[in-house]
Amino acid sequence: MQGWKPIFKKELADHFSSYRFIILFSLITMVSLIIAYMVGVTIKQDLEGVAKPKFVFLMLFISRGVVFSLVQFVAFFGPLIGLVLGFDAINRERNEGTLSKLLSQPLYRDAVINGKFLAGVVTISIMMASILLLITGMGLKIVGVIPGVEELCRIFLYLIVSIVYISFWLGVSILFSIIFRSIATSALASLALWIFFSFFVSMGATVVANAAAPDANSSNPEAMVRNAKIQRAISLISPMVLYTYGTATVIDPTRKTTSTMVLVGPMEKISQERFSGPLPLSQSILIVLPYILSLIAITAVCFAISYTIFMRREIRSL
Amino acid sequence: MDEQAIIETEDLTKVYKTQVAVDHVSFNVVQGEVFGFLGPNGAGKTTTILMLLGLTEPTSGKVRVLGVDPTRDSIKVKGMVGYMPENMGFYGDLDAVQSLKFIAELNNIPRDVADERIEAALRTVGLADEARKKVAAYSRGMRQRLGLAELVVKEPKLAFLDEPTLGLDPDATNRMMDLIESLSCEKGMTIVLCSHFLHMVQRLCRRVGIMIKGKMVAQGPMDRLAQEKLGLGAEEYTLEELYMKYFQET
Ligand SMILES: Nc1ncnc2c1ncn2[C@@H]1O[C@H](COP(=O)(O)OP(=O)(O)O)[C@@H](O)[C@H]1O
Ligand SMILES: [Mg+2]
Repeated sequence: MQGWKPIFKKELADHFSSYRFIILFSLITMVSLIIAYMVGVTIKQDLEGVAKPKFVFLMLFISRGVVFSLVQFVAFFGPLIGLVLGFDAINRERNEGTLSKLLSQPLYRDAVINGKFLAGVVTISIMMASILLLITGMGLKIVGVIPGVEELCRIFLYLIVSIVYISFWLGVSILFSIIFRSIATSALASLALWIFFSFFVSMGATVVANAAAPDANSSNPEAMVRNAKIQRAISLISPMVLYTYGTATVIDPTRKTTSTMVLVGPMEKISQERFSGPLPLSQSILIVLPYILSLIAITAVCFAISYTIFMRREIRSL
Repeated sequence: MDEQAIIETEDLTKVYKTQVAVDHVSFNVVQGEVFGFLGPNGAGKTTTILMLLGLTEPTSGKVRVLGVDPTRDSIKVKGMVGYMPENMGFYGDLDAVQSLKFIAELNNIPRDVADERIEAALRTVGLADEARKKVAAYSRGMRQRLGLAELVVKEPKLAFLDEPTLGLDPDATNRMMDLIESLSCEKGMTIVLCSHFLHMVQRLCRRVGIMIKGKMVAQGPMDRLAQEKLGLGAEEYTLEELYMKYFQET
C-alpha cells in the first residue's frame, strides 16, 4: 500500500477543481433540491389540519416530484457521478506519459489504483452527504417537521448504501480506463454499460418472463406469480435494481418487503397484516442486507479484476 | 577512481512474445561515471533500463543495481534510482513547484527538506522565474529541465536519462547537456545516458556501451574502443565514426 497517500491527495484536489465535477455536482444538487422542494410543498399542504404521521420526513425522499422521487433519481443518475470520476483514471496518465513516471517512484502498482479509487469514494461521499444535508435542511424549513432519531438513522443508512452503489460505478469506470487505451472508448463503454443496466435489463426481464410464462393474467394467478418471479430474478443482475431493493425498506419503513405485491407469499401476507405499523429499523435492515452485501460484493469483484489486469500488464503496454 | 560497480548485469534477456528485445546483455556501470548508452532506435535500450528498474521482468539473466536485485525488490531500487523516461509526461494543471512537491511526497521526503531541495532544484535548472506557471504552458525544453529538477529533488545515487534531449533545439540541447554534466560533477550522481547526440556523449562520457538489435556489441572506455576499432588515438576520432563503424558491421 506504500505511496497511495500522495496520489489520493492529488486526485482529491483534481476532482474538486475539475469543471466536469463542478458541473455535475451543481446539476445533481439543483435537480435534487427542485424535487425536494416540490415534494416538500405538497407534503406541507397535505399535512394541514392533520396529526403528524410517523416518518413524514422520509416522504421527502420517496414521494414523486414531477417524474422522479429523489431515491429514483439517485438510482438512475447516481452512476453518472461514479463514471465521470473514473473513466479516464488510468488511460489519461498512460496517454500523457505520466504513468511511467509515477510507477518509477518507490510505490507499488496497486497504490495507483487504491489512491484513485479512495479519492473517488471520498468525493462521492462528500457529494452525497452534502446533497442529503441540503435536502434535510430544506425539508426542515418547508415542511416544518423535525426528523426523529430513527429517521436520521435511516437517512444515514441510505447515504451509506448510495455511496456503495455509486462507488461500484466508479470501480467499473476505472476498470474500463485500465482495459481501454483510448479515453473516448472507456467513456463510451462505461455509458453503454450504464444504459444497458438501466434500461435493457428491466426490458429484457419483461420479455424473457413473458416468453417463459406467457399466460400471465388475472385468471391465471400461478402463471402471474411465475412471470413476476422470473422478471425479478433476471432484473437482479442490474446494480440499479439491487440498489433500489437495497434502499427500499430502509428509506420507506411502511414497506415490508422488497417484492411487488404479486410475489408476496401467503405467510408473508399474514404477518404483514398482523403488523400493520411501520417496520422497526432493525427489521428493515435485515430485509435489505442481502442486497447491500451483493452491491459490496460486485464492487469488490470489479476492483479485483482491475487489480489483476493492472498488476500483471507489461509496463510497455500499460 | 573508485571502480565499484553500481550496475551489474549478466546475460540479461528480454523476450516479448516472439521478439527478442534484449539478447544476453552483460555490462557494468561504475560509481560516479556518466555511461553513454548508445544504439539505434529499437535496439533495446529502453527495455534494458526498464529491467534495471524492476519495471519489467527479465526473461532470464541476472541484474544487480546498487547491490539490490530489482526483480525482487523493485521498490527499494526505485527509491534509490531516478528515471527520466523517453517522452516523459507531466501533469499540465500543476505548476513546477506542485509537480516537484508531488514527487517529493511520493519519495517520502520530509516537507522541510523537500521545500529546500525544490527551491535549489528550480534554481539549478533555471526555472525559478517560471516556477508558478502551469506546466501545460511550458516549452519542451522547459519540461525536460523540469524533469531534471525532479531528479535533483529526489537526489538518487543513480539516474537513467532516456533520450533527454529528444526534440530539443540546439540551444536547449546544449543547456540540457550542461545540466547533466553538473549533476554528475557537483552532485556526484552516476548517470546512464541514452542519447543520439554523439558529440555530446563524447564530451560527457568516458565509457560507452553500444547496443544493436538487442546485443551489446561493444562496451568500455571510448578511447580504447577507438584504438581497437579505428586505430586512432584519443584526440583523433569522433564517437560518430566509431558508432557508425559498429553499426555497419552488424
Ligand atoms: N510491449 C512490447 N511488445 C512487443 N515488443 C516490444 C514492446 N516494447 C518494445 N518492443 C520491442 O522491443 C525492441 C526494443 O525496443 P526499445 O527497448 O524501445 O528500444 P530503444 O529504446 O533502444 O529504441 C523493439 O524492437 C520493440 O519493437
Ligand atoms: Mg527507447
